[in-house]
Amino acid sequence: MSVHIGNGTIEMTSMPSIVGFGSAVGRMEGEGPLGSCFDYVSDDSGFGESSWEKAESRLQQHALEQALLRGSIAESDISFMFAGDLLNQCTGSAYSMRNNGLRFVGLYGACSTMAESLSMASVFMDNGIGKYCGALTSSHFCSAERQFRFPETYGGQRPPSAQWTATASGCAIVGAHGQPPYVRAVTVGTIIDMGIKDANNMGAAMAPAAYDTIKTHFANTGTAPESYDLILTGDLGYVGGELLRDLFLQDGIDLGERYNDCGMMIFDREKQDVHAGGSGCGCSASVLCGHILPRIQSGEAHNVLFTATGALMSPTVIQQGESIPAIAHAVHISDNGNITEG
Amino acid sequence: MKLTESEYGRLAKLRSPNSNVLRNTAMAFLVGGAICCAGQALLNIYKMLGTDEITAGTLTSVTLVFLSAVMTGFGLYDKIAKHAGAGTLVPITGFANAVVSPAMEFKTEGYVLGVGAKIFIIAGPVIVYGLAASAVYGVILFIVRAMRG
Repeated sequence: MSVHIGNGTIEMTSMPSIVGFGSAVGRMEGEGPLGSCFDYVSDDSGFGESSWEKAESRLQQHALEQALLRGSIAESDISFMFAGDLLNQCTGSAYSMRNNGLRFVGLYGACSTMAESLSMASVFMDNGIGKYCGALTSSHFCSAERQFRFPETYGGQRPPSAQWTATASGCAIVGAHGQPPYVRAVTVGTIIDMGIKDANNMGAAMAPAAYDTIKTHFANTGTAPESYDLILTGDLGYVGGELLRDLFLQDGIDLGERYNDCGMMIFDREKQDVHAGGSGCGCSASVLCGHILPRIQSGEAHNVLFTATGALMSPTVIQQGESIPAIAHAVHISDNGNITEG
Repeated sequence: MKLTESEYGRLAKLRSPNSNVLRNTAMAFLVGGAICCAGQALLNIYKMLGTDEITAGTLTSVTLVFLSAVMTGFGLYDKIAKHAGAGTLVPITGFANAVVSPAMEFKTEGYVLGVGAKIFIIAGPVIVYGLAASAVYGVILFIVRAMRG
């Protein structure tokens, strides 16, 4: 049974395995530095659908299909599916789940949803609830733009601190202890709001939340940055990533080379016009499922602290003058499934 | 965290790159100026073709709005606007783009609740406050004229 070791951190006792993982992305993400890692790349941003919302649901289904395929898992064997996206009422997920009959738990954690859903799926499996549990998230540039910002063809200028919502989806299916990658621990974040009101600077709004969750995780588990090959945030982008480094430096901790961010990895900042990097639930999900999990599986990476960050931003409340609350959840994923080792 | 909200706000500002004001201003000047030159050229052409001053002005506006709408439809206007900024926003072509782009975007929600309801989602404030300003101006003009007798 999972152990709540206090202050938000839950340690797994059986070390559940991530048995299947898949990713699906749009053309621009396919042309990015990680393009060859993704399982499914579509040249059609509409994914053959008549609306952006439907396109996002289709994108999710592709990621789920790829995860099932890789894990040789029958869809009906997924006992619970934890899924979410950026759209109001979790539209992308609700419609992607509409016809498959899966037990669906809809989650909203903005861009932190992948860590949130993976945490839930892992805790369920660690406690033997179900045969498999899925974690699935997505984001689509066009459906996000029309909900949060402007129509796609509107001629506006984006500030340099703005991030680009990735058209991407990732799905991880957690099963009982077996082969790596394993989930060892999760830390559920708390909402941190440092007064940032600029909806075009979400990296700055989220960095303190990432700092708080990572620091809490270190303290609770008795680990340090050196305990991990990779401390991966998603998606602080270039501005938030720098700020996170600054915040740790004030504690005398240099995150150094072991720190990276999904929003910085998915696009090429020089060649692709994405300003401060990628964002969206699908960004960290696709980078995790397309690039990171295969590396842990093959033993190239050993311990990864996957910390997805979310700016829980409501356009309505921002217009009312409020600041942006942010959250981050951390999942320790490892190639070491040894149950006795801490 | 060791920082207060205001200290963090300052740090965030320091780490956030600023827009390139010089480049943006220069581009806005050049592209905005080019659109106005095109307008002037159209005006001259219409006048050469024998239309009177007022009709030529109307035709010029109609032509610019039409071209902007077509370019918005083909996804070209936003690509220029990305570099031109206020240069494409301020002329009448920017207004056309602000009306056509939501009309296209929200077509999926139908012609009444999509296109009809959301067509002025960006241009709406300009219309509202433009009309309000003209009403205020009218009242002032009325009072001034009345005082002059």
